[in-house]
Amino acid sequence: MNIIDTIFKFNGGIKADTKKSVSTVRPIKKIKMPKQLILPLRQHVGKVAKLKVNIGEKVLKGQLLAEADGNVSAAIHAPTSGTVASLEKQLIPHPSGLPDYCVTLIPDGKDTWVEKKPINWKKIDRKETIKKISESGIVGLGGATFPTHLKLNNNNEVKTLIVNAAECEPYITCDDMLMREKSAELIEGIRLALHLLGAQNAIIGIEDNKPEAIEKLALLIKNDANISIKIVPTIYPSGDAKRLIYLITGIQIAKGKRSTEYGMQMFNVATIIALYKFIHCGEPSITRIITITGKVRTPNNYEVLFGTPLSDLIIDAGGKASQNGSFIMGGPMMGYKLPSVNVPVTKAMNCVIDAEPEMIENNNPVLPCIRCAKCAEACPVNLQPQELFWFSQSNQFEKAENYNLFDCIECGCCSYVCPSNIPLVQYYRYAKSEIISDRYAKEEADIARERNDFRLERLQREKEERAKKIAERKANTSSDEKSKVIDEKRKAITEALERVKQEGVSEKND
Amino acid sequence: MINQQSPFIQKAASVTNIMLMVILALVPGLIFYVYFFGVGVLLNVFVASLTALIAEYFVLKMRKLPPKVYLSDGSALVAAWLLALSIPSIAPWWIIVVGTLFTIVIAKHFYGGLGSNIFNPAMIGYAVLLISFPAIMTKWPSPIENSLSIESIRQALQVFFYGLTQVGDGLTSATPLDYIKTELLQGQILPDITIRNVGLATILTSNQIISLAYLLGGIVLLHKKIISWHLPITYLLSLSFISGLFHLIDPNNYSTISFHLLNGGTMLCAFFIITDPVSGPTTPKGKIWFAFMVAILVYVIRVFGGYPEGIAFAVIFMNICVPLIDNLTQPKVFGHG
Amino acid sequence: MLTSVLVVLFLALLIGSILGFSSIKFKVDGDPIIDKIDSILPQTQCGQCSYPGCKPYATAIAKGEADINQCPPGGEDGVRKLAELMGVEYKPLNEEHGAIKPKSIAIIDEDTCIGCTLCIQACPVDAILGSAKHMHTIIEKECTGCELCLPPCPVDCIDMIAIQENTENWKWKYPVFNIKNQKQRVSH
Ligand code: SF4
Ligand code: SF4
Ligand code: SF4
Repeated sequence: MNIIDTIFKFNGGIKADTKKSVSTVRPIKKIKMPKQLILPLRQHVGKVAKLKVNIGEKVLKGQLLAEADGNVSAAIHAPTSGTVASLEKQLIPHPSGLPDYCVTLIPDGKDTWVEKKPINWKKIDRKETIKKISESGIVGLGGATFPTHLKLNNNNEVKTLIVNAAECEPYITCDDMLMREKSAELIEGIRLALHLLGAQNAIIGIEDNKPEAIEKLALLIKNDANISIKIVPTIYPSGDAKRLIYLITGIQIAKGKRSTEYGMQMFNVATIIALYKFIHCGEPSITRIITITGKVRTPNNYEVLFGTPLSDLIIDAGGKASQNGSFIMGGPMMGYKLPSVNVPVTKAMNCVIDAEPEMIENNNPVLPCIRCAKCAEACPVNLQPQELFWFSQSNQFEKAENYNLFDCIECGCCSYVCPSNIPLVQYYRYAKSEIISDRYAKEEADIARERNDFRLERLQREKEERAKKIAERKANTSSDEKSKVIDEKRKAITEALERVKQEGVSEKND
Repeated sequence: MINQQSPFIQKAASVTNIMLMVILALVPGLIFYVYFFGVGVLLNVFVASLTALIAEYFVLKMRKLPPKVYLSDGSALVAAWLLALSIPSIAPWWIIVVGTLFTIVIAKHFYGGLGSNIFNPAMIGYAVLLISFPAIMTKWPSPIENSLSIESIRQALQVFFYGLTQVGDGLTSATPLDYIKTELLQGQILPDITIRNVGLATILTSNQIISLAYLLGGIVLLHKKIISWHLPITYLLSLSFISGLFHLIDPNNYSTISFHLLNGGTMLCAFFIITDPVSGPTTPKGKIWFAFMVAILVYVIRVFGGYPEGIAFAVIFMNICVPLIDNLTQPKVFGHG
Repeated sequence: MLTSVLVVLFLALLIGSILGFSSIKFKVDGDPIIDKIDSILPQTQCGQCSYPGCKPYATAIAKGEADINQCPPGGEDGVRKLAELMGVEYKPLNEEHGAIKPKSIAIIDEDTCIGCTLCIQACPVDAILGSAKHMHTIIEKECTGCELCLPPCPVDCIDMIAIQENTENWKWKYPVFNIKNQKQRVSH
């Protein structure tokens, strides 16, 4: 074991008031079983999970409700035993505030497990274990919610596992509390992850504002030469994957590359513990730790079942679960305002802040950019936010892209420092969304063009074929016969005309 | 703000704070200015501020922008102060008014107002005055024994309202930069140009003390991280370097480093003028190039050009180059090459 | 005097030739203009522009026969892009060619469909599946929403359904804040 102190500092970043201490005084808490659990079918990056149960069916705790659809997707399991009541669109925690498909589960109160199947990972092949993990529903619990089995399964050789324990956003303390209370599981999980990745050593990157967790972990890895701790300074956004890798190793992951191409893979502490639980205890991903903080009377961390209504937690923490309140999911730097307090806890929900009104209604006037470059000084990616802003707000997306808009991690440091109070990141989000939807429309148009071209070609071909057939038929019938046919036709027509004329005449005569 | 998105927290720095700090940092220099040269400069600053605020108010109304929000940003005040401090303190009131109007209406708002003016507004105002009224703009005051006495205040007011002609030329003298330039042009060499005029000798020391007071203000701004170090440090180093180089080569014709650093508007320029964010470059390297080029140009204009002081022209010229400088000095983005 | 005139002349010549040279040297052989126009058009193939498809309309624009504001599915943005490409002034959409509608797709009511195949013949992108006497379905992903299949249907069993905003196609909006604090939005 060793504790490494040298770090490689990235540009900028900010030191904000962390407001973490309020929610770390009490141990992680559980609340009583909610009346119903609402489980969105997409709680992860990738495709919506495919429903595997029928409405009205009784399910057991840990039973598969929906399975991963294809590779980039994650399964969803029943967090407790009960009845599947419905599948319908309901409000979910999403910045759009739009509803999405959710399964509603009515708990029966017995909390009966399905048969748990721990995996003896030391005995069976690593690939086999990873395949099993793809059924576990585990996704990155730091907030990114990328399916974990994909990160375990890669073609590059991974030497180092980096454990993201930085938790740099203000307010959030769920990882900190998890490390304090479940340090042994975490270390076991790290050993497991090392095995699954085929990596040699692990480095835990942790901010220096979590001394208690550091102490606990250090004690546990005293005799383990493969796991070390690297203490990084408390500078937001040190927990961003690329920034943390740089802080620890001095390696900048190039744009468009993955850390595995550099022999590194990163997991969040909560994800590692979820892996541990799945392998050692056979428990799929059905709970997580969530920080409830802000205006509530007793800010706290909770271990909750997915699908638990957020309002239950807010009330338990001594807050008002009213529609008028504002609730921020995630941290204050990168989180988003929830559409309502009546949303379920999902895999991505690491923290909910019962927000003071001034966090939501910022009444400072927005002034023009004075080009002070304070934003550029704060940008951890070393971008020029003032230029990005200029081009985004005037819809000059191509230029914004030339200034590397898509390198922006939306960390919010620039907005945080801007003296003109410009909501810079909002402009970047807008510009990125527009560019992405443009690209998508372009792709669709390309497909339509191709299909149209194909159809025109087909019609042309069919026409030619028909023409050829007629020509062939013509060639087969002799010219004599042809003229005969024409003569006959002509005769028929003249006869018909005659008839009509006569009839007409006779009609007139009548 | 409706539709609020993250980040939900913000550092409590505002444009207003920044501008206020800049103004506060100018105060020590202003105090010594008054002490040595009388209250004339105070009148300048006062009238310039007043004109600036009134002009700003009406332009904002015309542009249908909320005056309350924009007036309180303080940028008009800063421009007015910088202009007032650049103009001789014995200039008549209408010079100040004309200069300030030009600064606010033309140099600032015609170019799009706060954030869009490509030129440093105060320097445009100054340059226009210098070109239009060279006689007034090059007459600098001689030091006053007892600057706060009733008599000198009365005199200052008189000059301010009626112009110098009413009071007589006894109050003026050449600036050291000006004086030395003229003497050199007449074939003298530096070691021989002793400052015979007692008044001028005092000017030299007064100027130096005022410069040091500005330096003090500048250091406060640096410390508070309101301005970045790149601009002032590069500027002062470059000016020292080039003046030192010429002085070393030919001490007979080129003044010393300290003469260049502590005379004219060097300190004001280093900490308050080229640090105007709007009309300056934004990249760190760009700031270094910008300051370096301004320093070179200032020196060239001072020593070889037709004007004794070249800050305004150097700054305006370099303002034009800012987009180019920014473009060529883009910093390396994280994870790129 | 003479020398200075000569110097200026010489400089002018020099700079002129550099410019001329570089414009030849760095000339980009881009796509032919028709393809460029076609790539801006939305490929709905609806014919609202009064040409039988996007490509023919692109050709007509390139030849100067058609105006740039005849494509409702392309919307204002499309006109803007065309204006920029063709180096002409932007003009609002010509309403004679129809109004801008939200993007929709066609849905066949499979209970009513009699399997006459008329819609299949009308669809410009072959987005309808089915054979004679069997009910037809529309491949949602391929349908461009051109509405060409509506008129031929003898039993009116095809409906256009606007695509709803959902969590997948949702976009972040342009930031709006308190009007009294807001700087005028700069138009493109
Ligand atoms: S911090 Fe704000 S005012 Fe300063 S340059 Fe950046 S965007 Fe402009
Ligand atoms: S939000 Fe983007 S531009 Fe702003 S500081 Fe973060 S990475 Fe840089
Ligand atoms: S299905 Fe109908 S609306 Fe859709 S592309 Fe084909 S013809 Fe057009």
